[in-house]
Amino acid sequence: MDGVHDLGGVNGFGAVELESNEPVFHEDWEPIGYALIFVGAADLNAFTIDELRHAIERMEPRHYLTSTYYERIVTGVAALFVEKGYVTHEELERRAGGRFPLARPVTPGEPAREPSISFAPGETVQVRKDHFRGHSRMPKYVRGKRGVVLHQAPRFPYASAAGHGIEAKHEPTYHVKFDAKDLWSDAAENSTVVVDLWESYLEKV
Amino acid sequence: MSDHHEPQVPLASRAARAKALRAALDEKNLIPKDYIENFAHVAENDWKPQNGAHVVAKAWTDPAFRERLLKDATSACAELGYHGPQGEYMAALVDTPTLHHVIVCTLCSCTAWPILGLPPDWYKSFEYRSRVVRESRSLLREMGLDLPESVEIRVVDTTAETRFLVLPVRPAGTEGWSEEKLASLISKNVLIGVALPQVPATA
Repeated sequence: MDGVHDLGGVNGFGAVELESNEPVFHEDWEPIGYALIFVGAADLNAFTIDELRHAIERMEPRHYLTSTYYERIVTGVAALFVEKGYVTHEELERRAGGRFPLARPVTPGEPAREPSISFAPGETVQVRKDHFRGHSRMPKYVRGKRGVVLHQAPRFPYASAAGHGIEAKHEPTYHVKFDAKDLWSDAAENSTVVVDLWESYLEKV
Repeated sequence: MSDHHEPQVPLASRAARAKALRAALDEKNLIPKDYIENFAHVAENDWKPQNGAHVVAKAWTDPAFRERLLKDATSACAELGYHGPQGEYMAALVDTPTLHHVIVCTLCSCTAWPILGLPPDWYKSFEYRSRVVRESRSLLREMGLDLPESVEIRVVDTTAETRFLVLPVRPAGTEGWSEEKLASLISKNVLIGVALPQVPATA
């Protein structure tokens, strides 16, 4: 989906603030969301990590942009526990003593391409040009762009299916190198960007 | 926001929302005993950049290990005891005098937890996620890393399931150093690629 989370190349943001001797967690509630991902995904098999990523992307955009990282994790996990019927939104708001915003409704997923088309290291490939409203791990800055395959990684469940909880074929991902100037005319000199893309996001040239 | 009606009920605090979710699941006995405390303990003590530093220092001093790391980083890291969630498939990005790698996750904040630790706040910031892919050279300069234009900057966006670490060039002046001393030069920022190992002037 072309959501506000898809931030690569977006203009307008300022300086990156480094913190010296940064603690792993800044506040005592921060590990809760992360730990509950494992309760939901590993112990209960209630959802996949891909669904969690998508639940965060489905946050109302203004909330996403004003939230902290661990707040987004808690929001995504809570949204899934509500959508999967483990708890109700009302119960969460009653316990929290105020509004507890979750995520906007999920749309249909996309099964992996059949039959599959594979690619080889060194091959020039093109990223698909079409738009998809659901979960995608293809950042919009490479849509329709051409790059060169550096490496084929092992098979993983196709994110655009797994992010919706539907059966996800395991297919390879490819590390594809793009010239940054092909992505943005004002990109840094002598720079490239490598994106790790599922096979179904790529097409033959 | 003028075009937006203010909701009547105020937003619960972040801490209150997190704790409400925990309490709701706890009441249904869905969270095993001490699960969250154990998770926090592992995140704070086991997943740390010293693990990645060990991997880099060993790759600098042991050519056979380096070869194994480049071929199959997941197994090479497991040899040293480093594996776990967000480390199911790991790859080393090999810097050379003319190629520098830097890691980002523009879509969320994926990182190789077992060898880098959980990502720092700056890595998760919208500023870093939006800017590094497009203006790597000037952003790295702002962050204290000024690379000559003859060095290609290769930004690696962690958009699927591969988790990366940067293998920097071993700095000059470290000949004969032990693995432990070399590892002390490697920080989380070096493993991500926004800094280079610095040899102290007095070393």
